[in-house]
Amino acid sequence: MARRSFSEFGNALYTGEKSINFIGRRKTWYLISLILILVCLFGALLRGSPNLGIEFTGGSQFQVHLTEGQDRDSGAAEKVVTDVVPSSNPRVTELGASDIRVQTGSLKDDENQEVIAALAKAYNVDESEVTFSYIGPAWGQDITRQAIVALIVFIVFAAVVMALYFRTWKMSLAAMIALFHDLVITAGIYLITGFEITPAAMIGFLTILGYSLYDTVVVFDKIRENTSAGEVSDHRTFAESVNLGVNQTLVRSINTSIVALLPVASILFIGAFVLGAGTLRDISLALFIGIFAGAYSTIFVAAPIYSQLREGEPAIKEHDAKVLKLRAREAEKSDDEETVEAEATK
Amino acid sequence: MASTPAVRRARRSLIFLLVIVVGLVGLITIGVSRGEATWTPKLALDLQGGTQILLAAEQTDGKAVSGEQLQQAVSIIRQRVDAAGVSESEITTQGSRNISVAIPGKADKETLQRIEASAKLDFRPVLAVDVGTTGADPDNAEADTAKADTADGSSADTKTTDSKEADTKSTDAQKTDTKTTDSKDAAKTENVDPNPLPKEAGDQAWLTPGLQQEFADFTCKSDSALDTRDAPADRPLITCDDTGVMKYILGPVELNGDVITNAVSQKATDSRGNTTGGWNVQITMNDKGAKQFGKISTRLYGAQPPFNQFAFVLDGSVLSAPTMQGQILDGRPSISGDFTQESSKALADQLKFGALPMDFTVQSQEDISSTLGANQLQAGLLAGLIGLLLVVIYSFFQYRALGTLTIASLAVAAILTYLLLTFFSWRQGYRLSLAGIAGIIVAVGFTADSFIVYFERVRDALRDGFPIEGAVENGWKRAFRTVLASDGVNLLAAVILYIVAVGNVKGFAFTLGLTTLVDVAVVALFTHPMMALLARTRFYRNGHKFSGLDPRSLGAVYRGRAQFREPVVTSKGAGKKNARSQHEAERRQTIAERKAAEASGTVASSATGKES
Repeated sequence: MARRSFSEFGNALYTGEKSINFIGRRKTWYLISLILILVCLFGALLRGSPNLGIEFTGGSQFQVHLTEGQDRDSGAAEKVVTDVVPSSNPRVTELGASDIRVQTGSLKDDENQEVIAALAKAYNVDESEVTFSYIGPAWGQDITRQAIVALIVFIVFAAVVMALYFRTWKMSLAAMIALFHDLVITAGIYLITGFEITPAAMIGFLTILGYSLYDTVVVFDKIRENTSAGEVSDHRTFAESVNLGVNQTLVRSINTSIVALLPVASILFIGAFVLGAGTLRDISLALFIGIFAGAYSTIFVAAPIYSQLREGEPAIKEHDAKVLKLRAREAEKSDDEETVEAEATK
Repeated sequence: MASTPAVRRARRSLIFLLVIVVGLVGLITIGVSRGEATWTPKLALDLQGGTQILLAAEQTDGKAVSGEQLQQAVSIIRQRVDAAGVSESEITTQGSRNISVAIPGKADKETLQRIEASAKLDFRPVLAVDVGTTGADPDNAEADTAKADTADGSSADTKTTDSKEADTKSTDAQKTDTKTTDSKDAAKTENVDPNPLPKEAGDQAWLTPGLQQEFADFTCKSDSALDTRDAPADRPLITCDDTGVMKYILGPVELNGDVITNAVSQKATDSRGNTTGGWNVQITMNDKGAKQFGKISTRLYGAQPPFNQFAFVLDGSVLSAPTMQGQILDGRPSISGDFTQESSKALADQLKFGALPMDFTVQSQEDISSTLGANQLQAGLLAGLIGLLLVVIYSFFQYRALGTLTIASLAVAAILTYLLLTFFSWRQGYRLSLAGIAGIIVAVGFTADSFIVYFERVRDALRDGFPIEGAVENGWKRAFRTVLASDGVNLLAAVILYIVAVGNVKGFAFTLGLTTLVDVAVVALFTHPMMALLARTRFYRNGHKFSGLDPRSLGAVYRGRAQFREPVVTSKGAGKKNARSQHEAERRQTIAERKAAEASGTVASSATGKES
């Protein structure tokens, strides 16, 4: 999109000259979202168990940092680990440019030390180049529980704060529905693709909550402005006012999503291609999906739902009826004029 | 340039921001000159390499630990790690039962075993006392007497001599863990143990020449002090008090700490019940403890020093070794001595919360090599720079010259964030982790978004026909509210994550929250004031076409009576006729607008858009 036309596009949206009918075609959006959610749910069911990282399953993990260009023969790792602990069932993966990762079940303290020594010897590196982590069996449940607590506490607080700020619980409810939509979709994509679920992915997941609402708040703020007492126009129904708000913030929504995605994409790139798996990749992957979902749901889910929630209110019904009546009258008048004009030109 | 209120406000804000930055730099400079602070934030283990252990503490009988017990456990573990000669370690609680231990560098097996050992409190009789440092330290005022705390029954009079109980070190001790000894120690004990083994814990027969020799060689600072833990409960123990001043030979364990049901510090009283101005520690024991302690006190009372002393041993070191001042049969001994209020409370807490034995299980352990740490740091910084660069390029593309303001604002935000992180790592022991770096990078997007919201609002105001300076003020009022609301949600998420979460998530939440606050500060104190000043320059005021604020390219329309031009909306179920008529209505609307505009004369009048 050329620069020029982008700012003109913004102008047209702002004045209402150009208007994308987000609210009126809500059934379409709901259907799209519903299909997405169903795909996510069924996909997740079909995939079966989620791919949980070692933090949730418990076990030992060794990462050997090799020098550049050193031969990464995973067979060697498998062999030494099995030599030390025959029952360990090691899983070996290559990470980033020069690392090897070995995951096993839970080993004992001294077995861990032995495996470290053996790996260092096998790859001819110093023992200090072997990164090791051991996760006890209870730890995963702990973080999961904490994450769920954080989720619930946040949702309750955010719902209250938003209801107070916007002075209507309906905005709050609409924002929460959109939030839930984002969570389901992000989780679904995670499960379907079989990405590993790690604590870092959970961080990303919890951050999506913040982002999804953040995005919604900005748009709702404009909607509130358009539908507040001083701004209500006799020429717009409530739904149209909401729609105008969405249109007016559309340029900002697009800009924001791009600007938020750029740094996340760079972490994702670096995390995935330079470091291999790890904190950075997992956080940014969840965020990457979540930002897309968040931007979509604000416009196509939160705003239409809010409009729908309010349209039934008597005061708003009355106002809308008035607007439509006025319109009909104007239409008749112009029809009359047209016929008059048409006759005059005969 | 005329000095309008807006300009004065802008200058004030910028000066205020400058004061904040200079103040932070000044504080850190003071810290650095005192040798306490550094000019870079401290790094967490995943960026510098090291060992991180997460322990879950629970009582040996499987019950959950209380908050006080957890604090007690932290100080026990801190003591253990310090005694192992590991510097720069960090020990903190996480959640209600976890203790996180971070040790830079690679921790050896012995240190790890020490850290994981169970902690318990027990009573042992004193068999010998000496100064803890061989090669007596001339500065050591204590080099002549043992601790002279005394234990007495309900209210015997208290003999106090000079005692070193006045230290208010919150807690405890080196380490004794009850791990089994290896064969080397077993061999050693053979020429130390008397034959046959005495039945009584306080029997002097324990003091074999071998043990005496060991005691003579023993110093509180030596490595052997770390092995005091290896003494099993049914053998004597050579150890020191928790300050490493005195060393003791203690008999086998006579009573376990779990008989203590309570310990409080209270004002000391004399025999007539008047307060003496001193403090003591009042212990309450259960029935079993009372019976046992009665026997012990009967034996010790009136015995030859040091055999009239008994020691409270927590995690291998002596908390207190008072002299028995009477028979105590009611299970309510009190320890008196040269206590202050603080030191008596500290001892009471140690006795009370250390009474129940605690087990530590390893929840997770991570050894991170320093090369991996350095790699991750580099990668994190690289990702941050790339992200920043992309955002900058995009803002130029979108906002042209205003892009420079975005860059300057981001730079100010970066400086503020950096200074704050450095400040917090000095004052609060904050450490930057990889997750923390991710938090900062993610926040770049949020920060840039505040500028976008602001610029878009200014553009909106221009479209409404405001002149540039008015548009800046008007756009700002609306934008700032939005920024506050949306950042408020963000901050809420960060705070809740920080409070609830464990491990890595905390570091992420901290930087996310911090950068959110920085964002609000920068937008209010830098971006908007700069914009207000820039709006007065000719380049922006005339809406140069590269300024990003060109009213012509923004198609400014005059909006009368707070109305936009009607959007073209086909309402649901409307027929063609309806659509056409709407179109007509809209056209009429614009005619009306045009008329209104003509009536009001100029286009540059202020619109009456109400602020909500």
